[in-house]
Amino acid sequence: MTMKPWVWAWAAAALAFSATLLLTSGRGAGELAYAALSFGAFAAIVGLGQMLVITLGPGNVDLSIPACMTLAGTLALKTMGTEPGTAFVGVAVALATGLAVGCANFVLIWLLRLPPIIATLAASLVYQSVAIWSNRGLRIKPPEGLANFATGRFIGVPNVAWIALGLAVVVWLLLERSVWGRWLLASGQNARAARLAGIPVQAVRAATYLSVSVFAALAGYLLASFSGGAALNMGTEYLLMSIAVVVIGGSSIAGGNSNVPGVLGAALFMFLVVSMLNSYGAGAGIKSVLTGTIIIAIVIAASTRRSRQ
Amino acid sequence: MQARYRILLPVISLVVLLGMTFWMQPRAMSYFGLNLLFNLAVPIALATIAQMMVIMVNDIDLSLGAFVSLVACVTATWLNDTPLFGALILLGLIASYALMGAVIHMLELPAIVVTLGMSFVWGGLALFLLPTPGGASPEWIRSLMTLKPPMVPLAVLAAVIVAALTHMLVIRSKIGTVLRGLGGNARSIARAGWNVTALKATAYGLSGLFGVLSGMALVGLTTSADANIALRYTLLSIAGVILGGGEFTGGKVSPVGAVIGALTLTLAASFLSFLRLSPDWQIGAQGAILILVLTARLLFSRKGAAT
Amino acid sequence: MTVLESNPVVALRDAAKHFGPVKALNGVSLSVAPGECLGLVGHNGAGKSTLVNLINGTFAPSSGEVAFPLGQQGVRSVFQELSLCPNLTVAENLSISHPDLRGFGWRRPARAEIQASLDTVFPDHGIDTDAEVDRLTIAERQMVEIAIGFAPRGGTPRLVILDEPTSSLDEGIARQLLSHVRAFCAAGGAVIFISHMLGEIFAVASRIVVLKDGKVVADRPAAAFSRQGLVDAMGHVAAEGTQAAAAQTQIGEVVIRAEGLEARRGEVVGLSGLAGHGQAAALARLYLSQTSDWRAGRGARAVFVAGDRPRDGVLPLWSILRNMSISVLGRDANGGMVDKDAERRLAEDWRKRIGIRTDDLTNPILSLSGGNQQKVLFARALASDADIIVMDDPMRGVDVGTKQDVYAIIRAEAAKGRTFLWYSTETEEVCQCDRVFVFRNNEISAELTGAQITEEKILEASFEMMEAS
Repeated sequence: MTMKPWVWAWAAAALAFSATLLLTSGRGAGELAYAALSFGAFAAIVGLGQMLVITLGPGNVDLSIPACMTLAGTLALKTMGTEPGTAFVGVAVALATGLAVGCANFVLIWLLRLPPIIATLAASLVYQSVAIWSNRGLRIKPPEGLANFATGRFIGVPNVAWIALGLAVVVWLLLERSVWGRWLLASGQNARAARLAGIPVQAVRAATYLSVSVFAALAGYLLASFSGGAALNMGTEYLLMSIAVVVIGGSSIAGGNSNVPGVLGAALFMFLVVSMLNSYGAGAGIKSVLTGTIIIAIVIAASTRRSRQ
Repeated sequence: MQARYRILLPVISLVVLLGMTFWMQPRAMSYFGLNLLFNLAVPIALATIAQMMVIMVNDIDLSLGAFVSLVACVTATWLNDTPLFGALILLGLIASYALMGAVIHMLELPAIVVTLGMSFVWGGLALFLLPTPGGASPEWIRSLMTLKPPMVPLAVLAAVIVAALTHMLVIRSKIGTVLRGLGGNARSIARAGWNVTALKATAYGLSGLFGVLSGMALVGLTTSADANIALRYTLLSIAGVILGGGEFTGGKVSPVGAVIGALTLTLAASFLSFLRLSPDWQIGAQGAILILVLTARLLFSRKGAAT
Repeated sequence: MTVLESNPVVALRDAAKHFGPVKALNGVSLSVAPGECLGLVGHNGAGKSTLVNLINGTFAPSSGEVAFPLGQQGVRSVFQELSLCPNLTVAENLSISHPDLRGFGWRRPARAEIQASLDTVFPDHGIDTDAEVDRLTIAERQMVEIAIGFAPRGGTPRLVILDEPTSSLDEGIARQLLSHVRAFCAAGGAVIFISHMLGEIFAVASRIVVLKDGKVVADRPAAAFSRQGLVDAMGHVAAEGTQAAAAQTQIGEVVIRAEGLEARRGEVVGLSGLAGHGQAAALARLYLSQTSDWRAGRGARAVFVAGDRPRDGVLPLWSILRNMSISVLGRDANGGMVDKDAERRLAEDWRKRIGIRTDDLTNPILSLSGGNQQKVLFARALASDADIIVMDDPMRGVDVGTKQDVYAIIRAEAAKGRTFLWYSTETEEVCQCDRVFVFRNNEISAELTGAQITEEKILEASFEMMEAS
């Protein structure tokens, strides 16, 4: 049995976790795990969406994830207006926002035949404007019940982590067992060959770009509820993060190959490595340099291991 | 689209946008008006050329904005205080870009991820160097960037010079031809006996060189630097290359187009401020302009394919 | 400076090349003298490509030696797959492999040199040396590649290796190439000519070497071979060109009428004419119009068998099994989920029926030879329920044995009522069809049926000059 690519991401996450606890000699393990699972959940949700898009093959990537998160969070919180019992209305608004963003992205890619990178980049500027316009700089708090849910836990594990896990299971089943998953993986390897083999490639692409936006919208909604309100820059760090967790998780950037457990491990790792550096008292500069170095080191390690197989 | 027509659309979009700007604000039709409109164009044009060098060999550079920021920080501190040491550091940065290209090729790493990681590294180094905004531009860069040549404003003149030089380098010269060929079909370049690792390092090294020039030009205009000064250049430069008729794969790039694309992007920002658009919509309108121009490109290429 | 006639351009002594346990080339001794045209034949996997790669220096031999008594300069290879840079112009492509063209003013000599070489090999080629290669047709690209192979490029071409050089050329252009090869050899150059078209080998080769399982099994002057003798030496029982004497099947009603083509139930319809005259494009349009970008119909009417496997057919990351089942997953699914048992049964069934040489269907598709990959693509199409099977030159680079197997399957499936639309560059294959459409300049110039289908008739309809009446 050869080592699966996702083992690396999980091993690195475990290493970072232990290294942090080494410093505190075990104190605060619970808090660290809670924080890692919560923040990791947001990264995992957007990472799963980005993974589906990257699986579509070279040139496919969604750069509108941060704008979509912000827009969905803002609109949902504005609709709910701190009224109790509106959580489901909020979810509906967020998901509808995600669907709309996904549709807009795909229309640009499909009808205008823009390269996805540039289409999602240009469109994200528009979404950002809509978010600014609707928000007007106000920070609306989430309804209390929703805020409690977003920060609460079930059997010791944060609720948001359960949601991320549930989504991951669904995505894994889709990719590994369903016909749609096969179609997606085939389209990512060679879109022309897939079309000639009778696969409805455009439908697969459309569904994928819709999913990534819906995932991002959900993450935005949860993050806004978790952190007590939507901020205009709340999605910024998730642009690079979403790509990083996909690659560290062992999915192929060339498409046609994806890895769900790896994304989860990588999402935990990305949070843990920052908190590890924090607890060792590293400054912002050093932290950033080390994060970058570690990303590259993992990619190199994964690639040399692949070529030796 | 054939190479010689690829340049038409960027030119037309720039002219149309310029015409609309003049129509909105006739006073812009002057030496000082143009200087104001294109004020920030030079560093963006240089960054776009840097991005183009990487796109030319089928890669993409997500670290460029952070790199230009770092260069700006180095320029505003070391190059200003101890010129020799500063110059050495900048050369080292170019060399590290070349090294990055070689490593990406030798280990067959995805460029998008390596440059993603490097963006954290450059950003961290810049923070380390200048935790708070500050520094000062070396006097000679400052005076060079504020030069007032007769007839044509400096920004326009510099853009023309950059376009002409990079056109010679990328389109006309032998090495440029081989590098474009590398983007078109790497195997055939390798079979013809070229060292592909060295070629990739050259392309990335050139990218680093233009990134350094961009950062220096930027400091000359702003007179100080901070670690986040040019982060948006990553996306701007990619958009500029595509606006200029370049493509993400296949070595199809146009340096003249890239410079024009950068000018168009700069102008779009100035144009929107003339429109007195609510600040909420400024960013969105930039996105809309980008989409509009790219749509025009599509119509163009359809027409080209039909004939 | 004179060179002894007996001094070969290249001499291999007991050269072998192993890839792990696989002996791709197993001790080959061979030499090519100036003025000689060596015809190299053998089935897929016989070791031809490995031999070529040893001579042009891509691989070093695992044992034995490869010697160049006259020096290694001037050894050129023209590869089977197109290896130009599509974004560069014709002249720029030449300059890539021309070390002396550098500094200022390299463009003019580059243009002149490729122009001269094209004019020599393919008179009246009509190719603009300043055109970007991706604006050229496939045939024109292959012509450019061959012309670059024969161009001086700052030296003299001494040995030119042509690996399936005519696969995309029509017969007229191919004849120009063959006569250039003869002239080149008469002037003292050497050529290694690899082709599946035995007619070409006999037309051009002065000596023929037959490879089988990585060894030379015959090495004689061309005159000492008969066509049958050559096929026998390659070691396959089935001779090329045996007319499939299948009984005419019952032809039913018209099932498709598109692109000016018409096909009936149970009919094998051939598309012929010179290469690049719109046949492949018409088939692709026809297929795409019968299927959807958006829906995977449960009973899709048409399936496609690709000839250009890497571009149109193979899903390279996947196993043989997954490559085979992809087109029927929707049909056999259980509520959107893949039925893995049904998938495996289907694949095992087709492995036996079509004879794919593998022990394990979960092996990667790329572990198979080209011919066997092609069989997987055939199985993918035939396993579906579609009535119409569109085939875009599917026998490109496939060995004679596989061809015979596939001909038989096509006939059997047609007898069951399926319709085949089959584009082929080989007239011999087209002659086995029930109905033939001949293309010229992207239009159908003739429709032939029954006894009308002869090589002469097809040629007549392919060339404009024959039309005078």
